[in-house]
Amino acid sequence: MARRSWFSRAAGRSGRDARANAERVPSDLFEQCPNRSCGIFLYRKELEKDLKVCKKCGYHFPLTAVERINLLLDEGTFEAFEFNLKTGDPLGFPGYRETLERYRAKTGMQEAIIAGRGLVGGTNAAICVTDFSFLAGSMNSVVGETIARTLEEAAAARAPIILVSGSGGGARMHEGLLSLMQMAKTAAALERYDRAGMLSICILTDYTMGGVLASWASLGDVILAEPGANVGFTGGRVAAKVQTERPPENFRTAEFSFEHGMIDRVTPRSQLKETIARLLSISAADKVRGMAKR
Amino acid sequence: MRTVLSFEQPIHDIERQIETLRNLQAEGGPDVSVQIAKAEDDLRRVQTGIYSNLTPWDKVQMARHQDRPHTLEYIAGLAGDSFVELHGDRRFGDDPAIVGGLASIFGRSVIVFGHQKARDLKGRQFRNFGSARPEGYRKAIRLMNLAEKLRLPVVSLIDTSAADCSVGSEARGISEAIASSMYRMAGLTVPVVVIVTGEGGSGGAIGIGVGNHIMMLEHAVYSVIPPEGCAAILWKDDSQGDRAAVALQLTAEDSVRLGVVDEIIREPLGGAHREPAQVISEVGRALDAALDRLSALSPQQLLDHRYEKFRRMGVYDE
Repeated sequence: MARRSWFSRAAGRSGRDARANAERVPSDLFEQCPNRSCGIFLYRKELEKDLKVCKKCGYHFPLTAVERINLLLDEGTFEAFEFNLKTGDPLGFPGYRETLERYRAKTGMQEAIIAGRGLVGGTNAAICVTDFSFLAGSMNSVVGETIARTLEEAAAARAPIILVSGSGGGARMHEGLLSLMQMAKTAAALERYDRAGMLSICILTDYTMGGVLASWASLGDVILAEPGANVGFTGGRVAAKVQTERPPENFRTAEFSFEHGMIDRVTPRSQLKETIARLLSISAADKVRGMAKR
Repeated sequence: MRTVLSFEQPIHDIERQIETLRNLQAEGGPDVSVQIAKAEDDLRRVQTGIYSNLTPWDKVQMARHQDRPHTLEYIAGLAGDSFVELHGDRRFGDDPAIVGGLASIFGRSVIVFGHQKARDLKGRQFRNFGSARPEGYRKAIRLMNLAEKLRLPVVSLIDTSAADCSVGSEARGISEAIASSMYRMAGLTVPVVVIVTGEGGSGGAIGIGVGNHIMMLEHAVYSVIPPEGCAAILWKDDSQGDRAAVALQLTAEDSVRLGVVDEIIREPLGGAHREPAQVISEVGRALDAALDRLSALSPQQLLDHRYEKFRRMGVYDE
């Protein structure tokens, strides 16, 4: 109860009213905007049509990997890569098996990533999407291997690559050093992929942190991020060693990254597909005239 | 005052005993040479017992020991006056937490870089406790580019608890710097040898850890997260680092078993901090042998060999 009243206080009057309304509003029909300074109730069917973006404050609700693929790819064109990789428990890590079962039951996914190919505005592209709802989208052996294989497939097919990150969990702790090494593996895979001369596009969504941001997510030729997405190397308190800098308001967000020249654009969800389609079209092999392609 | 780790206490006690006996002898007291000999025997036995049965948490303490040799000491020991330290990332600044330059080791010219810690408070602040900022990784990239141009092998010495996560580092793109450093390292067509000398702390470590041959000192550790951080996540209690250290499998033996590290370099009895000159010499020998082997590979072979090594890392079923 104490926690509830703090939440209302922080949200102000509209928050308090919203909290009061929460009991009266049927949650199967309505979703409440989690943005504390907004808190309005959104009719689910309308929210779907709005691509799960709050029509009042612009808060971008998280999308599952499947929803993300449906958003970005031309309808009916997605073909999943069936790599059939099954996560093991190489360290016998406390609680890992149970945690995996819990997330599998909750999300219906086997792992935190979906990979495949499809058309975006008519152009063929390979795509990987990590899903925050599965263990915070954290990168383990299977996630790293999936990305590496997708890049190899894309290079062989001379297809551009779209890598979408919903990886707030960074490198997955439960697989220890093996997870850490996926940072190097995916960086090396991108290095090799880049020699094929095709465009790589990374999309950073809420959250993109840690070992994922510090590997493949920061290596795209073009990096787009959704508005307000939490994007940063570490979460939580900044190390208290010798702190002379106070964090700005937008610290560790997509906007902060953009301000500091680390990403190309902050792109509202409604413009993502169109932006990607344009980039792919311009860089498509048949459009490159006069210059010999390797 | 030498730092004594908790599990070293029995050793420390016997050593003090021996010292007392020796002083007695020196001051013309009774002949205690038999007792001294026995105590030295005990010491050896106890040392061997303790150091061959270190827990993962003990290893973490060893890896973090302040008297353990640092990168500049390895370079000084192996390259002497030949080392020319280079500075700056040509974009923003110079990061004292990563040092590097040109050196000649056993008659072979190399590019060498690594994390640098310090022992006194002022030094630690200057080196930011070995936590590198974006400019540190960008300096490493600059050195890699030089290695590629001059066709020199690259030697990377890892010893960091973590990369710097301050506001400034986020603003200057610590993530991009680490990612680009791994990317550049992956694409080198010269031999790359990596040695984890102390702490292989997560992203900050692997940022300069993409090599053809990965070696690790016997009591060094290599982990995706500090054990304290792991304990905080698992059990909401960062004082259970010892439990987390077991779960994380961060020792040199674990790292070999997981297919990440190729070779363990044995430390002198009692750890690198006991006989720094000896361990530096051991590292030099292992490094020389590795570079000998790798120099037989062509540029393309080195590239492929490194790619395949990291490509294979990971455990899953198909």
